[in-house]
Amino acid sequence: MNRKLELASGAVLASLMLGVGAASAEEIRLMCSSDGNECEAAMEIIQRFEADNPDVKVVMDKVPYKAILENLPVQLAAGTGPDIAKVTDLGGLNEYYLDLAPYVDRDYWETSFGDTLNWYRSGPDDDGIYGLHSQLTITGPYINKTLFEQAGVEIPAADADWDTWADAARQVAEATQTPFPMAMDRSGHRIAGPAISYGAKLFDENGDPILVDDAFTEYVNKFVGWHNDGTMARDVWGASGGTSYQDAAQEFINGELVYYFSGSWQVQRMDSSIGDAFDWEVVGSPCGAAGCSGMPGGAGFVGFKDTKHPETVAKLIDYLAQEDNYAELTAKSLNIPAHSGVAAKGVTYIDASQKANDALNAWGAQVAKILPVAFKYQGYKNNRAMFNITLARVSQAIVGELSVEDAMDRAKEDLATALAEAGK
Amino acid sequence: MIRIVSFFMDLIDIPMRHAQRYLRGHSIAWVFLFPNLVLFGLFAFLPILLNVAYAFTGTDNIMLWDRTYVAGENFAALTACSNYLDANSCELDLFWRSVHNTLLFIVLQVGIMVGVSLVTALILNRRIRARGFFRSVFFFPVLLSPVVVALIWKWILQRNGLMNAGLEQLGLERVVWMLDRNWAFAWSVFLSVWAHMGFYTLILLAGLQAIPRDVYDAATMDAAKPFRTFYRITLPLLMPTMLVVMVLALIKGVQTFDEVYAFTGGGPGSATTLIIQYIYETGFAGAPRLFGLASAASIILALVLAALTFLQLKFTRRNADG
Repeated sequence: MNRKLELASGAVLASLMLGVGAASAEEIRLMCSSDGNECEAAMEIIQRFEADNPDVKVVMDKVPYKAILENLPVQLAAGTGPDIAKVTDLGGLNEYYLDLAPYVDRDYWETSFGDTLNWYRSGPDDDGIYGLHSQLTITGPYINKTLFEQAGVEIPAADADWDTWADAARQVAEATQTPFPMAMDRSGHRIAGPAISYGAKLFDENGDPILVDDAFTEYVNKFVGWHNDGTMARDVWGASGGTSYQDAAQEFINGELVYYFSGSWQVQRMDSSIGDAFDWEVVGSPCGAAGCSGMPGGAGFVGFKDTKHPETVAKLIDYLAQEDNYAELTAKSLNIPAHSGVAAKGVTYIDASQKANDALNAWGAQVAKILPVAFKYQGYKNNRAMFNITLARVSQAIVGELSVEDAMDRAKEDLATALAEAGK
Repeated sequence: MIRIVSFFMDLIDIPMRHAQRYLRGHSIAWVFLFPNLVLFGLFAFLPILLNVAYAFTGTDNIMLWDRTYVAGENFAALTACSNYLDANSCELDLFWRSVHNTLLFIVLQVGIMVGVSLVTALILNRRIRARGFFRSVFFFPVLLSPVVVALIWKWILQRNGLMNAGLEQLGLERVVWMLDRNWAFAWSVFLSVWAHMGFYTLILLAGLQAIPRDVYDAATMDAAKPFRTFYRITLPLLMPTMLVVMVLALIKGVQTFDEVYAFTGGGPGSATTLIIQYIYETGFAGAPRLFGLASAASIILALVLAALTFLQLKFTRRNADG
């Protein structure tokens, strides 16, 4: 009996000690969502951080993208958010961000990440360091090169405009009996690049958002026209409603689409899903009167000020931001680097095929073509409101619920309401 | 084991005996109700009060103390229309489009649901072969998650789906169902009926089985024709059950969200956006999150649902009173 009692006491004591041990470790919760393998690639680096810091335990919660967009802001407002998250609403969540500046080498961050730091700030007066831009993306098109070759249609030049591309895509689709000449992801962010190329200013002289101007309306008119004449796949913008996101990647992968306007984050998916089925290529954004701009964007790791471990959170994000780690993360997740040092040295995408390497280099070359207004739009904290308004109203124009003019008038009213509410 | 249970019973017995001594008569009931009242208050009454508070405040802040009192601004914005039948004349056209869609949806869905459920119940009430199997088959969709229902039908109806494959086999043209406003709406009504009719069929079946057999025997002896029997006996005696089914289907119809949202996302355009989706997108999926407007819309919806529930209670009571 005494022996049993001793054993039981020993077990209780051991479990208590383990409990104390566990309680003394700092647990950092990281909410992550990714199109490809970025969360896994980050975790590999984080495991090294854990090895260097045995008292830190990082728990990664992999969630669907929708949870980052819809659940995270509510969690943060209620004070129940994670310590770190990978976010895409970069400036929109600024009020919850932990300023890393007191814990990191400001000069290193300013030199390495430059303009992308502004995307996480609340405005021009804010000089805080909030986010590590881990995934720099650019919107733009992919083409099915094999279909062009089969149709005997010449691929338009780098400075070709949207009309030229639309003509070429239509010819290819007709010649090869491909169901869809063109498609664009159903996203307010995606349509912004082409509108900017057409001269859309999006902001007035005072820097206040206006969204709709003549150039914006001109592009929307063309875009709606292409849906009506069958150039653009109606299944993407025309079949969904509300703010739901819809892409056409599967149609492109299936060889059912000639020209697909999406972005650099699709490279990994294209590479792994298409394989040798056909040749695909990244071509530059079509040109308009103002330029040939895509939209920059992407995602980044941010810490939240409600965390109980601000120093550890900053230390972990800073660890990921170090040049070697950042280069590894970029190479493994097939992303374009936002780190100037990594970009200058060039990234060797070890696990990627030649096709993916070419595509990533082609995307990298597009960065220089991005117009300043596109950077400004990406950094504007209420840009998601503008994206959603564009999405809802342009969709209504496409399905014929509203004329383009009425849709644009409604978009202006929606923006006024949204800004008034956000600014109250 | 019994000892442990009786120990805890004795433990409760001590304070309860004291409580009974001091709280005589009906007061002791409150002691038993207290735990439930706390939970109910916390998870039902408090959210209702918060919802009302949000409806009268503005800004995109979630914490009530950070929000600005705006009086009836949100209700005024929702009801600002020069012609309620024309959504384009309203300040918040998307709200009114969703109201119009919801009204049309419930008229069609409830009508078809009651009709189809009645026919199904009548068939399943007959002595047919494998009656138990068929009853299970019709009830099966009720057990499915609304999202599963939506995805099943989405796969069937998409461009390269089962339906179009079937049409092609028959030598017919493909139809891209989800691109057409009317087809998308019609299929939304269909899938909602498909998913829920089993439940209403079951209620009507119970109603049919409650009709005394001898009434039918008497009708047979009088050589009444089947249609006359149905029209003169079955329908009048089933009417109380049908009214309950109708009101239940109406309430459920107004609350429809998940299956249609997963099926069409509210599109094409706003063709299948129902009122709950409007509330959800305004309050949670949009940017900025307009909690005040969403709360005001949900209060309007709650008032409609309260009126429908009142109707249901009235019919149920009348039914119970004979």
